[in-house]
This record gives sequence, C-alpha cells and structure tokens, in this order.
Amino acid sequence: MVENRPWLTVFSHIVLILGIGVVVLPLWVTIVSSTHAGEDLLTAPIPMWFGDNMVENYRQMLTAGMEHVSGQPLTLMMFNSLVMALTIAIGKIAISLIAAFAICYFQFPLRMACFWMIFITLMLPVEVRILPTYEVIANVFTPLTRLLNLLGMEGTEIALPGFTIDLDFSMLDSYAGLTLPLIASATATFLFRQFFLTVPDELTEAARIDGAGPMKFFRDILLPLSRTNIAALFVILFIYGWNQYLWPLLVTTDPDYVTIVMGIQRMVNVADIEPQWNLVMTAATLAMLPPVAIVIGMQRLFVKGLVETEK
Amino acid sequence: MIKRVTFKHKWLPYALLAPQLLITLVFFIWPASQALYYSVLQQDAFGLRVDFVGFDNFAYLFSDPTYLDSFEITIMFSVSVALVSLSFALMLAVMADRVIKGATAYKTLLIWPYAVAPAIAGVLWYFMFNPAVGINAWILRAWFGYDWNHTLNGSDAMLLIVIAAAWKQISYNFLFFLAGLQAIPRSLIEAAAIDGASPLKRFWTIVFPLLSPTTFFLVVVNIVYAFFDTFGTIHATTRGGPYGATNTLVYKVFNDGFIGLDLGGSAAQSVVLMVIVITLTVVQFRYIERRVEY
Repeated sequence: MVENRPWLTVFSHIVLILGIGVVVLPLWVTIVSSTHAGEDLLTAPIPMWFGDNMVENYRQMLTAGMEHVSGQPLTLMMFNSLVMALTIAIGKIAISLIAAFAICYFQFPLRMACFWMIFITLMLPVEVRILPTYEVIANVFTPLTRLLNLLGMEGTEIALPGFTIDLDFSMLDSYAGLTLPLIASATATFLFRQFFLTVPDELTEAARIDGAGPMKFFRDILLPLSRTNIAALFVILFIYGWNQYLWPLLVTTDPDYVTIVMGIQRMVNVADIEPQWNLVMTAATLAMLPPVAIVIGMQRLFVKGLVETEK
Repeated sequence: MIKRVTFKHKWLPYALLAPQLLITLVFFIWPASQALYYSVLQQDAFGLRVDFVGFDNFAYLFSDPTYLDSFEITIMFSVSVALVSLSFALMLAVMADRVIKGATAYKTLLIWPYAVAPAIAGVLWYFMFNPAVGINAWILRAWFGYDWNHTLNGSDAMLLIVIAAAWKQISYNFLFFLAGLQAIPRSLIEAAAIDGASPLKRFWTIVFPLLSPTTFFLVVVNIVYAFFDTFGTIHATTRGGPYGATNTLVYKVFNDGFIGLDLGGSAAQSVVLMVIVITLTVVQFRYIERRVEY
C-alpha cells in the first residue's frame, strides 16, 4: 500500500470479486447441474440452485455409468485415471532422478551426448509425433525389426539355438501403452540437475571420506535433500497425468481402459439426441475433483512446482 | 554443468541413464525420425507401394487451401487465447497485488482452473453455451437478442474454444504475474507516488515496463499451450467444425492421420509442427538466458 486511497481499494475488491465470479461460474453451473434430474435441464433457463437428485446421479454414474455409451461405471474410469496419473508422476520422477544423478555426479564418455538426447524430448510433444508413436505402441519391437531388416535379416523373429523370440508385442489397451510414451521428461531431469548443482560439494566429500559409494550417497544424502522438490514436482505431474487426453484416446479401444477425462467426450458427442447433461456434469465434477483437490490442498507445493518447472 | 567432486564407476552411470534413454529412443527419437522419413514418401491408394517423392508432400501441403486455412485458424486462435487470458490475468493480478485483506482467499479461488483438464474445460463451456439449454446462450438470447449457435456458426464455435482455452490458462498467468508484480521494488513506486503520479500512470510508466520479461515469457508459454495442449478442448466439443472453422493444426494432424489415414500428408504436417515447437523452444530458452542476466 503506497498511499491511502480507500475508493481504489474498494474498486480492487469489486474487480477481484467479479473476476472470481467469471472464473468460478463454470464450476458452479457444473456442480448445480449434477444435482438435478434429467428433465430439469431440458429447457432454458436451467436452474442455478441445487436440485434433489444428487445422490441418484452420483450413484448411477459411479456404479453403472451411462447405458447408451457402453456404460462403463465411473469408478472404473477413475481407477484407470489414477493408475495413469500415478504411474506417469512416479515414473517420471524416478527415471529423472537417477538420470540427473548420473549426469551431475559422474564423469564418463558420452555424458554430454546423453544430456542432449534427453534435452531433445522437450521439443517432441506427443501431439507432433502421434502416428509413428502409435505404430511403436502397436508393436514395441518396430524399431528393432526395422534395424534388423536393414542389416539383411528377414521376418520378425529372432531364432536362437533352442527357442525363437517373436518380435511382436503390442501395448495397445494396456497401462504400459498408456503411460510409457509420456514418461520420459526433460523438464524433471533439468529440475533435479539444477537442484543437484546447488548441493554443496562438501557433502559429497564428507560422504566419500566416510567410505560411502555413489548409491549410498544417493540414497542417504541426495534423496532426503530432494524431498520438497520431489513433492512439488509430483503435484504438477499428477495433474499432467490425470488430464491426458489425446494419448488415451489413441491407444485405448477397449472400454476397460478408458480414463475419465477421455471418457466424458463420448457422453457429450452422442448422435442426434441432446446429451444427458445432468449425468455429464456429474462425470465432469468427478473428473475435476482429484486434481482440483490437490491444487487447493497443496497450494504451496503446487506454486513451487509450477514456478520451478518453468525455469 | 558437473559437480567438482564426482564418483568413478565403469558402468553405473550408464545403468542409471538407461531407463530414460531407452524410453527417449523408442518413443521419442525413433517416431520423430519416422515422421521425417514418411514425410518424403507417398503411399498408393491400396497401400501396396511406397514411393520416394521428395518435398512433394510439403509442396502439396502449402498449396492446399484447407491446410492454409487451418494455419490461419491456429494463429488467430493462439493469439486470441494469449490476449484474452493474459489481459484478464494481469488485471486480476494487479488488483490482488493491491489488496491486503483476503488476498489468500482470492488467490485460492483463482488458481484451481489450472487443475481442470483442457477437455473438461471445453465440456463445461460447451454446456454453458449450449444453444438449447446453456445459461450463457440463454442470457445472450434473452438480454441481447443474439442467437448463439456454435454447431452452425463458425465464429461462435471459435469464440467458444477461445473462451474455454483462455479460462483454463488464467490461473497460470495470474500466478506468474503476481510473482512478477511482487518482485518490483516498492521504493520505485513510492518515489513515483511522491512525485504525484496517479496509480494509472504509475502502472503504465513503471509497473508494466518492469513486468515485460514476465509478460514476454507468458506470451510464449500461452502460444505453446494454445498450439499443442488444446486438442482435448476441440475434440471434446466442436470437433474441428462447423465446416472446419475450428480445425487447428494439431487437430488436423490427428484427423488426417487417424481418420483420413493419409500417411505422407500427416507426417509432413507433423514435421511442420516439429519445426514450430523447436522454434518456440529456442525463443523461450534464448529469452530465459537473457532474463538471468537481467
């Protein structure tokens, strides 16, 4: 507060409240609509206050789902989303931590080449390489067989004395296919590298004098020091994983692997009839709940993670 | 770049890097190289023969009016999203920076849309603007006599996805603007106030110029977001329609590749997108290095 201008302060509050009104309105409409029966939402204007069909809507969506779109219960979709979000978040953190450790704490040939290879992933989001990545997921050994074919080997089998390896393994409709292509992360590797560079060298020296090997140093000193960074990153990556859309849309055709964010689209885009908005809004509320709860509940970690991943 | 004190080990660093490098090779570098490779090939109608055609796919792409339209749509969409979202967020951040009472509550209420998936954000606004029952469409009709219909009217559809995409990005921009505002030394603003500059004049002559690094950084981030992260917003709502009015580049790659099964054309589009991402990333990094000196 530079000077006392009471009217300006009042004006600020009014602008903020109006702004929040605009930002919160969609949430309000969604939650209110999810408590009404289908008939209430057939004519405009729709009610802006809660109805009395909430229990019924949520019970139906959680246990049965929507019949005319193959009717997967939302509990299953939310479970899939949870598996995907956790695998992506934990996987990215785990492989980035050890990769950053290797790059910072070891001197070895090709160190910079490895670093640049990780850096490149920053420039290749799924959206720009969807078709070839889909091919790899349809058969994970595609790169290997192509290389073998180049070297003059025919077919898709490797014959070894005693047994043959069939080089055909599809990850479509599996959790591995949903998560693996999203798991490499240059951002997380950079973040940990940046952090490791600020860890005092004296700690490493002390550990070495005490006879600790690299893995013991990593486990007992570096990991505990990185705790806050890991937590902040986890918040951001969980939201990133939960909200994935394009990739699940491509690799899952089996309804058992549908995630909730991607599943809602099938409830909205129904041919020829109005969607059942009360149930769609019930699904939308449930889809927003976990990530929004995490952002609000872990606000400080969230802000830290957001600011640090952009550095 | 590397610690002064390092460990020595023959194979351990490679083992530690192996998972990340393996995933990068199989799911990033290989597919990207395949996109480059396919972009110079053409498959015949039955998928039996593949010919090398050089840059024909690209030449065809840039003479195709639907592709050029899509380019134009994407640029208009990104600029609108960045403009709407940044100006709204800046206004709120400036106000939030002023108030003392309730600052935390305001912040909490403004940051949650970040957690909403772009596709869900699309569905929420799609419902609010639904011509039959949506509350916004009803207000437009009842109060302003405007007959909103995003299923028939291309500019309505475009406006819908701009609003949905910008709304989701407000919280991100708000947080960064607020941090930027709080980093401006109070003494500068106090000195200007003593010299008799009004709050509005102080904003335009001191605060806004000092905020320009944050603004520039956010412009790049918002454009990257509008280019690549809004596929869900579009696919869950307008599906590129009506009549291609919201057919952005990323949506078109998906549509041509998976629905149209045009291998060479889709790969060429992927390559163009890669060039765009690389350019934007380079701009962002060069700029961030400058900011460190500043």
